Amino acid sequence: MSAGIDGFERPGDSVQVMDLDSVNLARRVRRHCVRMTSKGGSSHVASCLSAVDIITVLYGKIMRISAENPRASNRDRFILSKGHAGAAVYATLAELGFFDTALLEDHYQDGSLFSGHVSHKGIPGVEVSTGSLGHGLGIAAGMAKAIKLKGGSERVFVVVSDGECDEGSVWESALFAAHHQLDNLVCVIDCNAIQGLAPVSEVLNLEPLSDKWRSFGWVVQEVNGHDHPALVSAFETIPNKVGYPLVCIARTVKGKGVSFMEGKVEWHYRTAKGSDYDRAMDELEDPV
Amino acid sequence: MRDCFVRVLCDFAKNDPGIILITGDLGYSVLDEFRTSYPKQFINAGVAEQNMMLVACGMALEGYKVFVYSIANFPTLRCLEMIRNDVAYHNANVKIVSIGAGFSYGALGISHHATEDLAIMRSIPDVKCYSPSSLYEVEECVHSMCNTIGPCYLRLDRDKCQYEEREESFVPGRPRLIRSGEDVALFATGGILSEVIQAATGLQMRGISASVYSVHSFRPVEPSTFARVARSHRLVVSIEEHSTVGGLAGLMLECFAREGLYPYKFLRVGLDECFSSTVGSQKYLRGVYGMDSVSICSRVEKVFRTM
Repeated sequence: MSAGIDGFERPGDSVQVMDLDSVNLARRVRRHCVRMTSKGGSSHVASCLSAVDIITVLYGKIMRISAENPRASNRDRFILSKGHAGAAVYATLAELGFFDTALLEDHYQDGSLFSGHVSHKGIPGVEVSTGSLGHGLGIAAGMAKAIKLKGGSERVFVVVSDGECDEGSVWESALFAAHHQLDNLVCVIDCNAIQGLAPVSEVLNLEPLSDKWRSFGWVVQEVNGHDHPALVSAFETIPNKVGYPLVCIARTVKGKGVSFMEGKVEWHYRTAKGSDYDRAMDELEDPV
Repeated sequence: MRDCFVRVLCDFAKNDPGIILITGDLGYSVLDEFRTSYPKQFINAGVAEQNMMLVACGMALEGYKVFVYSIANFPTLRCLEMIRNDVAYHNANVKIVSIGAGFSYGALGISHHATEDLAIMRSIPDVKCYSPSSLYEVEECVHSMCNTIGPCYLRLDRDKCQYEEREESFVPGRPRLIRSGEDVALFATGGILSEVIQAATGLQMRGISASVYSVHSFRPVEPSTFARVARSHRLVVSIEEHSTVGGLAGLMLECFAREGLYPYKFLRVGLDECFSSTVGSQKYLRGVYGMDSVSICSRVEKVFRTM
């Protein structure tokens, strides 16, 4: 059932947990990300790769969604607040059948709908466009608040980056979500430890990050952000604790899956071309 | 104006459980009627305007009609990017309401002078912008906002035009004729309209006949009305408690350009590319910056006599 603002319940649309092999899905999505950013000559491939496992576990194992009806009223909501990893979301949606994978070739091209920072216009399955950091959590909190007010049971998932936590608005939203007991809200922080110009610890230290969120009134789960079973178990029970929003601090490796990109600041901006591209695609070999 | 706004909103909320009112911890006692009548539809988001606008956007995307209430530049400039990227770009049904147009909070200092808000808000695509001059217009603007889906900005003044002229009814986008004259056309926006009506009376005594219009809508807007009036008067004047850059003066010049009209004489009364760093009441500051009735009257007369 899905609840309406008018207080009347309506039969919900058909949504389901896809229950896919998320590891294989992640491998395919990584290959898309490298190819899309290479073809488009766009930045942020390493930011995509660190978030791929989080995104594919959510879409493949956790969220109740429908590729046939992307706007199903009782779908779980997903917001990519670190909008620069847009390629990872486009690729995941395409793999799940929200649209044809051939459309991914348009990424970053002239006249395309697929901007580098994730865009909702004309793209089935994308809830909101982002790109400027520190916006997604507040929108997600507003959605979660609205769903609670309507008496709905949908959950709202938002992925932010660790560098994004420099933004004051993140902490405004963190206060709001805890105060309003939004236990239908899950914030995943892709902690790849590197931001624009240098490691997070050198730019503006966030640690102890778990303590910060806990002191803001959130339930905190710290996991290896590339370990699918660990991610699944972090998201398995929502609400995790009644009356508390959940933050999952996912420790990740920037550029995960491509050895020469891993943990390197420069791959926040560089594009894999020529032999770099071939090597990256070799390392991310096609799933069997 | 704010009491009128809250009263009208309460009337709407009676029949619409989808109306949400979010305040940024402002509106002491003013919002009580709404808060007590519709506690589930009222949220105090605290002193955190960025998040307030994001939450409003999120709730609107879930189907609610969300009014965001604060004062001066807080619900506009402070969270401008949230308005542009999130509310406007997603066509979210968020109605931004700011009390404290121009020098409404004059003595509180420059932080509380809303003197660029119209220029900035109307530059964002799809945001409907309203700047009423009287309680009648406030009521009409709120009706108009409630009946449109999508982002709106409502600029409320502490002062209101005392003359409840209702001869010409409210049509969104159409400057409303308040007083008919022949020589000079005075276009005003907001509560300063009362100064303009007094100035028109003063001009009359000096033998200059002035038409007075209230410009309550900046988007939608009817360029043809401005052009038609400009063609039938010798001097056109814009009066706003706002910067002359991008506000009413800017809007009118854009309308003239669109209509292929270049008025022979155009006088812009407003804050002329400066900060209003003087301390004082709204009435006092209007005098200092040349936009009280006496200044308007003499400035218009001076230009008119030299034509």
